[in-house]
Amino acid sequence: MIRVDLPRFGRFQAWRDAARQLASNRVSPTDVTWDDGGLFGSDPVPPPGPQPVTASKDFLDLARSVASHSDPERWALLYTALMRLQDDRGFIANPADPLTDRLGRMAKSVRRDIHKMHAFVRFHELPAQGPRRSFGAWFEPEHPILEAATPFFVKRFADMDWLIATPEGTARFDGTITYDPPADRPNLPEDASHDLWQTYFANIFNPARIKTQAMRSEMPVKYWKNLPETGLIAQMLADAPRRVQAMRDAGASTAPGFAAKVTARIRQAPDESMPQDMDSAGRQASRCTRCDLCHAATQTVWGKGDPAAPLMIVGEAPGDQEDLQGLPFVGPAGQLLHRTMEQAGLDARRVWMTNAVKHFKFTPRGKRRIHQTPNVSEIKHCRWWLDLERGFVQPRLTLAMGATAAFALTGNNRPLTPRRGQVERALDGGPVLLTWHPSLILRLDGDRAAEAQKQFAQDLAQARQMIAA
Amino acid sequence: MAQRTLQQKLAILSDAAKYDASCASSGTTRRDSRSGGIGSAGGSGICHAYTPDGRCISLLKILMTNFCIYDCAYCINRVSSNVERARFSPEEVVTLTLEFYRRNMIEGLFLSSGIIRSPDQTMGDMVRIARMLRVDHGFKGYIHLKTIPDASPELVAEAGLYADRLSVNIELPQDASIRELAPEKRPETIRAAMADVRLGREAAKEKTHTGRRAARFAPAGQSTQMIIGADATTDRDILKTSANLYSGYDLKRVYYSAFSPIPDSSAILPLVKPPLIREHRLYQADWLMRFYGFEADEIGAAHPSGNLDLSIDPKLAWALANRAHFPVEVARATKEMLLRVPGFGTKTVQRILAARRNGPVRYADLLRMGAIMSKARAFVTLPDWHPGALTDSASLRARFAPPPEQLQLL
Repeated sequence: MIRVDLPRFGRFQAWRDAARQLASNRVSPTDVTWDDGGLFGSDPVPPPGPQPVTASKDFLDLARSVASHSDPERWALLYTALMRLQDDRGFIANPADPLTDRLGRMAKSVRRDIHKMHAFVRFHELPAQGPRRSFGAWFEPEHPILEAATPFFVKRFADMDWLIATPEGTARFDGTITYDPPADRPNLPEDASHDLWQTYFANIFNPARIKTQAMRSEMPVKYWKNLPETGLIAQMLADAPRRVQAMRDAGASTAPGFAAKVTARIRQAPDESMPQDMDSAGRQASRCTRCDLCHAATQTVWGKGDPAAPLMIVGEAPGDQEDLQGLPFVGPAGQLLHRTMEQAGLDARRVWMTNAVKHFKFTPRGKRRIHQTPNVSEIKHCRWWLDLERGFVQPRLTLAMGATAAFALTGNNRPLTPRRGQVERALDGGPVLLTWHPSLILRLDGDRAAEAQKQFAQDLAQARQMIAA
Repeated sequence: MAQRTLQQKLAILSDAAKYDASCASSGTTRRDSRSGGIGSAGGSGICHAYTPDGRCISLLKILMTNFCIYDCAYCINRVSSNVERARFSPEEVVTLTLEFYRRNMIEGLFLSSGIIRSPDQTMGDMVRIARMLRVDHGFKGYIHLKTIPDASPELVAEAGLYADRLSVNIELPQDASIRELAPEKRPETIRAAMADVRLGREAAKEKTHTGRRAARFAPAGQSTQMIIGADATTDRDILKTSANLYSGYDLKRVYYSAFSPIPDSSAILPLVKPPLIREHRLYQADWLMRFYGFEADEIGAAHPSGNLDLSIDPKLAWALANRAHFPVEVARATKEMLLRVPGFGTKTVQRILAARRNGPVRYADLLRMGAIMSKARAFVTLPDWHPGALTDSASLRARFAPPPEQLQLL
């Protein structure tokens, strides 16, 4: 029987070295005894043998965690797994394998214990020995995880000296980390910040919600003895029903006298008078609830440009980007419109640009919003604002982009294809030139897109001629 | 009024902050103190303690002040409440954060505030605290700032440079409820603030024309909170609102907070027991939307009332209402369909996909892999298991739901 003794610290590396050597001789797991206090076996580890030994990164990660488990069998289990891995590389990836399952559970238990140590170590301030502040803590983990858990503290608390004492040993940090054998539990001094912490713990608690099961499963009772705040829990729970009852008994209170004055100062009643100019119309529209689109959309997207322009361009409705930015024609279709306008010699600052419907309509799909065409009722509700805009701008010509704008302006719902490029009468009598919506061009591909883009550019050029005439 | 001690202020201003459910501290950029300063972040956050209300303490969650000029009926800090008021100085917030942090009690700071004088004034003070922590003290821990909806975009932009997470609370699931219960707030302004955070995050991800990375902006994303049970909105509509928010603003989380009686309550809201089970079911449904491929409408349609079944979980409720899809053959089913089997979580499904490449998956294997077979058995077929008539049996729901309470004869 071969016996392998492992040191107090650096055990995983020691196991790894010994295991590699044993496996290179294909020593059977039943012929090795690991770190058992010296009751059995006395043969030394043989020198490196001829057989190649391989282990995947996944296995090494698993083994590193299992090595910090308190189960005395862990070393033998790991060696058994390593030996099996030499013939059957796949078994460690099969969750249905009993050994994979057992090692997986052990690793999970260790990871959880490490996580809880990161959570529940509580430092007390110690008298400083030099310019750096000094802190100390006592912690009792379930597994021997001191070495595995300390890198976290090294990264987090690099600018202070600290020690964490555990039954397994003590980690000390003063810029570099060292490990000492176990010593008596240190006497940690009183720390005023712990009193403040208890104040916080007691007051962040809501007595009207009692869910002790959730608390116990995440903060297991075995860790409570070293946590300053858990001493308060019994009293907090005992007090809770009385506090809730007191809230009930007190009922609604009378507001202090100044409250009404404060709210009266900041609560502006919405202005519902007939808007007299474009700005006040825009302000009113920002609160519009005429149809249901406002509940899902971010905000009203009002028109933009010159309110005294000879040309008004009307699109369908804001899209995703317009909705987020609160500005019309800033998304992909809007950018295409701006490029084409530039080519046609139309200055966007000398046009009033708006949409037939002022809120984005969409269906949510995970992290994306899929554009929807507004329906007749939404278009009709929003016509109130479009008519107001037309009243203020009084354009010589209106360019309707797409079927929605064409319908909103002319009241005519027939297909757009035969009507495109022609001038129709708006409901209020003004001339309306009909063209494609730029988003249509973006949806088409190849020759059809090029053809539609050509027509779109022609229509914009025609609009320019019409307002110049 | 006598000067309050730090301890008294802490008591008042943590009590005032407890109704905000969020405490997440995960998913931000990786950084630590080995290159200077104090603290570390990145990866999954740590819950340093739990209170008996079942909520974790990960961050120092406090209000800068609980003075407020708004009058939101559900809020303990509204102007018409007689609650005790206090105000931290920025230095006090910084000191508390750092001293708790050095003792390993917290992951960082979650700072919120009542609105004092003006939204810009309030937001400006909060940004100053974050700047002191980051710049003056080299704090590398986590900072979550509650954005004040009406604050100027410049302040929000600066907040995004220091904070890991920004959040704006939608407060209530329907616009009409916000207008009624929080008359100083406007739903469109709240959503516009969320849109600004999304746009700020997207802009920070794009490289500048010189190829340099823009400054990071709220790398842990944004979240929001909705109060449940203060108005009459159905769960179906709540989930639809959540789906809209997730799709529109790239939210990490929507937090649901069961409306809880507050001391010094407003007469227009009932002092009822907080609907904790409903809150739990909504979180489950929210998970189904984000990780299991369910749509809000599918979940909401499982019960004609539009509310979730409180006695069984929403996935089971969906499966019971859609039995034609079951039983599912575990050996062949798509990942999407496996995710819809009650009792299978995302991890179990991953394990099933890995295990079935290695050979047949049997009943005992599923148990070992973490499947809750008491739920799943009625909905799956395996080489050694067939549910027979169980899937369509009329009494299937009764096997999962707790029996109705027997009425006592007087």
